Amino acid sequence: MDDPIKNKIQSTSKETRQDILGRFLTYLCIAFIMIVVLSIFVFVASKGIATFTVNKANFWEFLTGKNWNPTATDASGKPMLGALPMITGSFGVTILAVIFATPFAIGTALYMTEVASKRGEKILQSVVELLVGIPSVVYGFIGLSVVVPLVRNHFGGSGYGILSGSIVLFVMVLPTVTSMTVDSLRAVPRYYKEASLALGATKWQTIYKVLLRSATSGILTAIIFGMARAFGEALAVQMVIGNAALMPKGLLSSASTLTSVLTMGIGNTVMGTVGNNALWSLALILLLMSLIFNIVVRLIGRKGRLD
Amino acid sequence: MKNLTKIATVIIASTALLVGCGNSNSNSSSSSSSASSKTVSGKITIVGSTALQPLVEKAAENFQADNSKVNITVQGGGSGTGLSQVQSGAVTIGNSDIFAEKQSGIKAEDLVDHQVAVVGMTPVVNKDAGVKNVTMSQLRDIFTGKVTNWNQVGGKDEKIVLINRPSGSGTRATFESAVMNGQTAAKSQEQDSNGTVQKMIAQTPGSISYLAFSYVKSDVQALSIDGVAPTDANVTTNKWKIWSYEHMYTKGKPDTAAKSFLDYMKSSKVQKGLVKDLGYISISNMKVQKDSDGKVTDK
Repeated sequence: MDDPIKNKIQSTSKETRQDILGRFLTYLCIAFIMIVVLSIFVFVASKGIATFTVNKANFWEFLTGKNWNPTATDASGKPMLGALPMITGSFGVTILAVIFATPFAIGTALYMTEVASKRGEKILQSVVELLVGIPSVVYGFIGLSVVVPLVRNHFGGSGYGILSGSIVLFVMVLPTVTSMTVDSLRAVPRYYKEASLALGATKWQTIYKVLLRSATSGILTAIIFGMARAFGEALAVQMVIGNAALMPKGLLSSASTLTSVLTMGIGNTVMGTVGNNALWSLALILLLMSLIFNIVVRLIGRKGRLD
Repeated sequence: MKNLTKIATVIIASTALLVGCGNSNSNSSSSSSSASSKTVSGKITIVGSTALQPLVEKAAENFQADNSKVNITVQGGGSGTGLSQVQSGAVTIGNSDIFAEKQSGIKAEDLVDHQVAVVGMTPVVNKDAGVKNVTMSQLRDIFTGKVTNWNQVGGKDEKIVLINRPSGSGTRATFESAVMNGQTAAKSQEQDSNGTVQKMIAQTPGSISYLAFSYVKSDVQALSIDGVAPTDANVTTNKWKIWSYEHMYTKGKPDTAAKSFLDYMKSSKVQKGLVKDLGYISISNMKVQKDSDGKVTDK
């Protein structure tokens, strides 16, 4: 028993204890994050579902109804809970913004990875990073002072609407999509490009036929991330979209998004009332949408690996 | 309502340990300024109305300078948040632009109302519209959507762009109870902050909205209604009908720290100084009072 070597081997060393402690710490962090995510889900879901369980709203009517005024009741005494105008508005600005942003993002990313010198690339990199860092209230303010009058003078209407919202969002999602596209272009193996050039393809042919194609899944992921960012943006959009809970008649008429209605209404309602529960239902839709965006990213990623 | 509050205030004030001298019931404010010079300690959390927030923040700053043992936190969040948080006991004081009786989901009988200021609101239009005065029924027709062009009310041939406040906000509730006469406003754009609305009206041709007096700058046109100009003096006599109290609600009677802060808010130092400087109307200048149903009586 008193063999010192045997003792040493059999007892736990300092390094092993560190190992165990380290593993314990990481598990602890993971558990904490899991608890936070889960409790957010449970909280939002329980509040959001209350509209349908406690206030007896019809889920289908909630999704397809066009009349939103949760604090008032209609002729039959039911609160008016039609979220379609906001859902349409949210999808409208998101999709338009991404359509605007994608060509610019891909162009910028190609320039940064294929064309620019090391210096030019560094400068562009910091420009893109700067765009990420600008607070959304600043974007909103610029939108209100520049984009809204511009849209009003060139396209007509009051200037507030989906078009203005998506122009502001375009600038906001541009850095996200760009930097992720850059990453996916850099991830293309070097020998793809070398082989293509060796076969006598020009730079443009290489970019178009080889680089972009093998980076497709990465670029799609970047676009979905851009969409998720646009979908969740509240403040900047709220300042330029007009916030009218009406079905948008076009790109120039005032509309509203899920987030803009949420930020405006949540302080004016009292926990547990229909008006408040209805807002939580909107929040639940937002949460589910971001979940869906995440799942889509996963699916694209898996497909990309198979290729 | 107001009398009740006052009587309650006086009773609490006279029983509170920290109040040195007795109150004459007509003027609780003069004694309260002496209360704030004694040592009080405690923690006060105030949440709610963003319209009242700047005043309370400033007052809290000054109050804490005199009473270093009191710790006051002031947050926005909106009137609904203020009322529900104070009702649940999460905060000491809930600020609200509207009477607790008017907020759904709030048991007003549990809360004690402390009215600390009055805010006047006025319809504002873009300068382009060419209108300076409307009748009350014209204003109502504009907001219900019956009138859609400024030339129908004597202005330029220009489309009216309605910018409303979100339903449930205190400003909108005040405006609607004074103007809309029970009719529903047309669905339109909504914006929730005075500052943004002011900017939007200034730059959107044909737009109309309403703002608290303190946000009316020279780049927007305030409207007179039936020839009555939106001035503080007209509010105090109720000639100008669109105004509301700023309430600070406590759940039951306030504790000593909250009590001395509320007294400080109502003291002549704040009422004649900060309240005026920040564009509110002092509660002591009011010649009339309004109850929670909007009924106005002489004081």
